[in-house]
Amino acid sequence: MGNVIEMVKLDKRYQDLFALSAVSAQVPAGKVIGLLGHNGAGKSTLIKLVLGLIRPTCGRLEVLGASPVGRDALAIRRRLGYLPETVAFYGNLTGREVMRYLARLKQAPAAQADRLLERVGLAPARDRRTGTYSKGMRQRLGLAQALLGVPELVLLDEPTSGLDPQAQQDFYAIIEALRRGGCSVLVSSHVLTELEPHIDIAMILHRGRLAAMGTLEQLRRASGLPQVVCVRLKPDVAPGAFAASMDGAGSKVTCQRDGRVEIEVDGPHKLQVLRELAAHPAVSDVTAREASLARLYGELETDPAPARECA
Amino acid sequence: MDTALVVAAKEYRDDFRSRWTLVVASLFVVLALAIAYFGGAAGGKVGFMPFDATLASLTTLAAFVVPLIGLLLAYDMVVGERDQGTLLLVLSYPISRIKLVTGKFLGHCGALATATVAGFGAATVIILAMQPATRSAYALFHLGNFMVSACLLGACFVALGGVVSVATRDKARAAGLALLVWLATVVVFDLCLLAILVLSGGNPLERWLFPRLLYLNPVDVFRLINLATLGAGSGNQLFMGMTAGQAYPMWSLYAAALLWVLIPAGLAQFIFRREEV
Repeated sequence: MGNVIEMVKLDKRYQDLFALSAVSAQVPAGKVIGLLGHNGAGKSTLIKLVLGLIRPTCGRLEVLGASPVGRDALAIRRRLGYLPETVAFYGNLTGREVMRYLARLKQAPAAQADRLLERVGLAPARDRRTGTYSKGMRQRLGLAQALLGVPELVLLDEPTSGLDPQAQQDFYAIIEALRRGGCSVLVSSHVLTELEPHIDIAMILHRGRLAAMGTLEQLRRASGLPQVVCVRLKPDVAPGAFAASMDGAGSKVTCQRDGRVEIEVDGPHKLQVLRELAAHPAVSDVTAREASLARLYGELETDPAPARECA
Repeated sequence: MDTALVVAAKEYRDDFRSRWTLVVASLFVVLALAIAYFGGAAGGKVGFMPFDATLASLTTLAAFVVPLIGLLLAYDMVVGERDQGTLLLVLSYPISRIKLVTGKFLGHCGALATATVAGFGAATVIILAMQPATRSAYALFHLGNFMVSACLLGACFVALGGVVSVATRDKARAAGLALLVWLATVVVFDLCLLAILVLSGGNPLERWLFPRLLYLNPVDVFRLINLATLGAGSGNQLFMGMTAGQAYPMWSLYAAALLWVLIPAGLAQFIFRREEV
């Protein structure tokens, strides 16, 4: 399969502000892509560009093989699904009426509208006016409408912000089902830890530039982030003293509040440190985990983006 | 179904559900009957007035009310969706901006036309039933003329409301601007013309120019369509006195009314197409 989105030196400028600056990337089909970045990093701008809601200032953008603002714009949009960041509906219509209306706009069968309402768990509330919906219900309805038709690429702008954990899990289950059906999904978020387990590829935007892109494994390796070994001590051992004794083992040793000690280790040294710890008399348990990509954010933050002109 | 018609059907239904259409139609019935029955009260008579006088009063009334209702229906057609947060969602659907605005325009025009025809139509039926003297082809022609031109007037102000709606960034501002449009067309324009006429005393250039200036205001075009064909003595002496000596061919008046629908509608499309979301 080819790429669902191709960007070459994509710029979007609002007066003097570069919302996006020289972003070049290819998004392969059939994957779940996490679009990550702080508020104002350009995530929503990129999604609007992909939808053809705004025009690029310069650069080339192809979505599903054609320009989203060109002659085929409407045909492309029929193959896209979109959940806006703050989704709202016609408050005077019921959930079902909203879905039916949007289905007609997208030339999808009315029966699908009802099926989707059921799929996102809104069947009991479908005859209530959407004005009475809670945030979580609106978000579910937003997801349902994004799936109308036969979308090949679904764009979800911060879909889980403000949702309770159960609703979040439901959301990711549907995303997973979409991927298994061959659909590509682009999910934006600024909460990396939440997104991490569910995405194949991360695209990290920082101040309008593409800071990094790749699978999580690639990003971890490229960033040189350490692995974290977490040590639970036997009850009679003072964590402070233990931490001091382990000072040379890893790059950084920290005492956690609950008495555990965390040691950051570079990849190649991990096994050796684990072996040492396993033999250590004061240690009761050892777990190793990979550093969260959230650390990557922190490192990006210190890296200022240079100003540049539109080519 | 074409996407513009999908939008039109929704807007039309929304106007019904919010009871706009019903309220407006009832208002037209009540006002029309009140005018027909009590219109002569100032002259010391109560009861149904002669037909010409009734229609002249109806015209004056509709010239005030129909623009206001058209603007109220339409001023938030786009800016309302922007405020509500649904604009971004709808624009992400496979519908062009032109069709979105066209659909909304058609839906509101349809609702207003329905209210106009139902309201004034019901009043007409009652007047005809109560007053056998008015049952003539002449009366039916003028009433038909009145309703068609009222629908055109409504469509013009729905289109102007559309312009207001795409040109503003929030609903409060749009409402303010819509009221200004109403004041300017319904009140200020005629006052200005009168003031010029009074102050200058009417030189030949003005006598030539003045009647043509009336084409520049859709409300005056509507008045002319209905009053120019009525005889004198129907309570419209002032207006007809201002325009005396100038013949207005019916086709030119209807052409003007149609242009007054199409130009603002086109302008709204033009502005909305260039807008960033």
